[in-house]
Amino acid sequence: MVLLLLKRIGFMLFTMIAVSIILFMLLETGLTGDPATRVLGNFASDAQKELWRNQQGYNQPVVVRYAKWLGNFATGNLGNSIRYKGPVKEVLLPRLWNTAILGFWTFAIMIPLSLILGVLSGMKEGSLLDRSISVFGILTTSVPEFASSVFFSALFVFGLKWLPGTSAMSGGFEFKQLILPAMVLVVYDFGYVARMTRASMAEVMTSQYIRSAVLKGLPYRQVIIRHALRNALIAPFTVIMLQINWLLSGVIVVEFFFAYKGFGALLLEASLNNDIALLEACAMVAVVVAVGSQTLADIGYTFLNPRIRFS
Amino acid sequence: MTTQSTTEMPSASYVAVILRVIKSFGLLRESWVGMIGAFLVLFWVLVALFAPLIAQFDPNANILPFAKPGTMAASGHTFWLGTDHMGRDLLSRIVWGSRTVLTYAPLATLCAYTVGILMGLQAGYRGGLVDDILSRISDIILSFPVLVLYIIVIATIGASGINIVIAITFASSPGIMRIVRGLTLDLRNRDYVAAAQTRGESAWRIMLFEILPNARGPLIVDACLRLGYVIITIGVLGFLGLGLPPPDPDWGGMVNETRQMAMAFPYMTLFPCIAISSLILGFNLLADGLREISLRD
Repeated sequence: MVLLLLKRIGFMLFTMIAVSIILFMLLETGLTGDPATRVLGNFASDAQKELWRNQQGYNQPVVVRYAKWLGNFATGNLGNSIRYKGPVKEVLLPRLWNTAILGFWTFAIMIPLSLILGVLSGMKEGSLLDRSISVFGILTTSVPEFASSVFFSALFVFGLKWLPGTSAMSGGFEFKQLILPAMVLVVYDFGYVARMTRASMAEVMTSQYIRSAVLKGLPYRQVIIRHALRNALIAPFTVIMLQINWLLSGVIVVEFFFAYKGFGALLLEASLNNDIALLEACAMVAVVVAVGSQTLADIGYTFLNPRIRFS
Repeated sequence: MTTQSTTEMPSASYVAVILRVIKSFGLLRESWVGMIGAFLVLFWVLVALFAPLIAQFDPNANILPFAKPGTMAASGHTFWLGTDHMGRDLLSRIVWGSRTVLTYAPLATLCAYTVGILMGLQAGYRGGLVDDILSRISDIILSFPVLVLYIIVIATIGASGINIVIAITFASSPGIMRIVRGLTLDLRNRDYVAAAQTRGESAWRIMLFEILPNARGPLIVDACLRLGYVIITIGVLGFLGLGLPPPDPDWGGMVNETRQMAMAFPYMTLFPCIAISSLILGFNLLADGLREISLRD
């Protein structure tokens, strides 16, 4: 188990380095266009570009530049943002915190909701409850985040006038402004997790050992809680961990829509403004979060499933 | 259902699977959920096919800005859904926009599935080094949150239809691979695989004819759902301003262009949202209906 843990963490570091190479290649080398043009714009003269390249150290060999770049990252020197005219770290950290708050509330609502609904509908496949939950889940998953943002805004902001239409938090933190973004994310995500839970639960319910448990006369409750759930919740665990990855995508749309000052909006802004240092930092943070959650998912899955653990 | 199908069709499984899928479409009328889905998809497919007949205006022509739904144009035609801030007929733009979506989404999904299934079978069945290498590659790609990957790739190489297909294939096939790999890991320990191995069948034959057909249930559902996700992705890219270059109609882009005016002119934003949601809903309901029916027999 310890060996497995070390192996997973080793792979995690390997993945992060591989990702950083891809990122570096895409953004810092001439592979996809001249970085000098990207930063200075199409109308910069050649002399200006050359000067910029010298200043920023772009004329050194790629390997040297990558090593320096990675070293700076590892020691927490993320460079300066062109747009915000300051260190990336100072721009990034408050934004990350805001997104963490949003993500926390989204998960705090989404996980119990989707697990309960998934287990309930998987318990008795084909029942009316199952069909209703299933169709409702499909309905909510079918509406992209930007469309549900539009629908919810139309209803709660323009129609009922209950909630504010933007979540910029310009007058300090206000919980009310968090409701719509979190609601959009939950509504979009819970259907998928519920569906996966249901599928897993339904599969377990058809297995032989559940049938024996029922046939030997155990109370239905006990069959579900002691026998079925332990196997049925292995798959949803992975799905939920991978959902963190989805959430990082979702927050980009939702934060952009509601003007929430979070990490996703920052990343999009950095990409649209060619703020390379900021974009790199954002992308690396996203990747670290995603890889971390996946490693946890892998370790957890192996730990939860004895069939894989002992083989 | 698994025990029955696995014992009955050892080698002629593909024909059986294909027949069963075709039969499922015929049986669809038994599932009202699937019927609604099929209707919605069919509706948009027909709209896309007959776009030139349905749309009465040039989708990019600036005719009459801020016309309310139902306003008559000077040409005698009606703006059934109104016009946007640039005076373009919303109905015509939505109709032409369905062509864009229904071309790129299936294309991208097909590419992603081909790559994903081949990788997943190899990784799950062979295990060992092959599994390690393929899993690492997929981990690296999957470790990018999808949209982050799209934003970086498209911000650097530029937005175009083909780039979007490439980006989607690149970003979704590892996910498909993971699913196929997981199913294969489970299925390769079954008795019928051992039987095939004893018969001396080749690895490819076992993967494609013993394992893949028995993994079809989750895969068919996933394929339909993924088609929905791909449509969402295309819409989201358009919404974020990273989709197809303007002015050609694109549902996500229409929402982005008009959302600042949603307070005063809600219909401009609502109609494209309804269009994209109904198409995705169609695919998802169809997937659900198909799955329900394929499990029934």
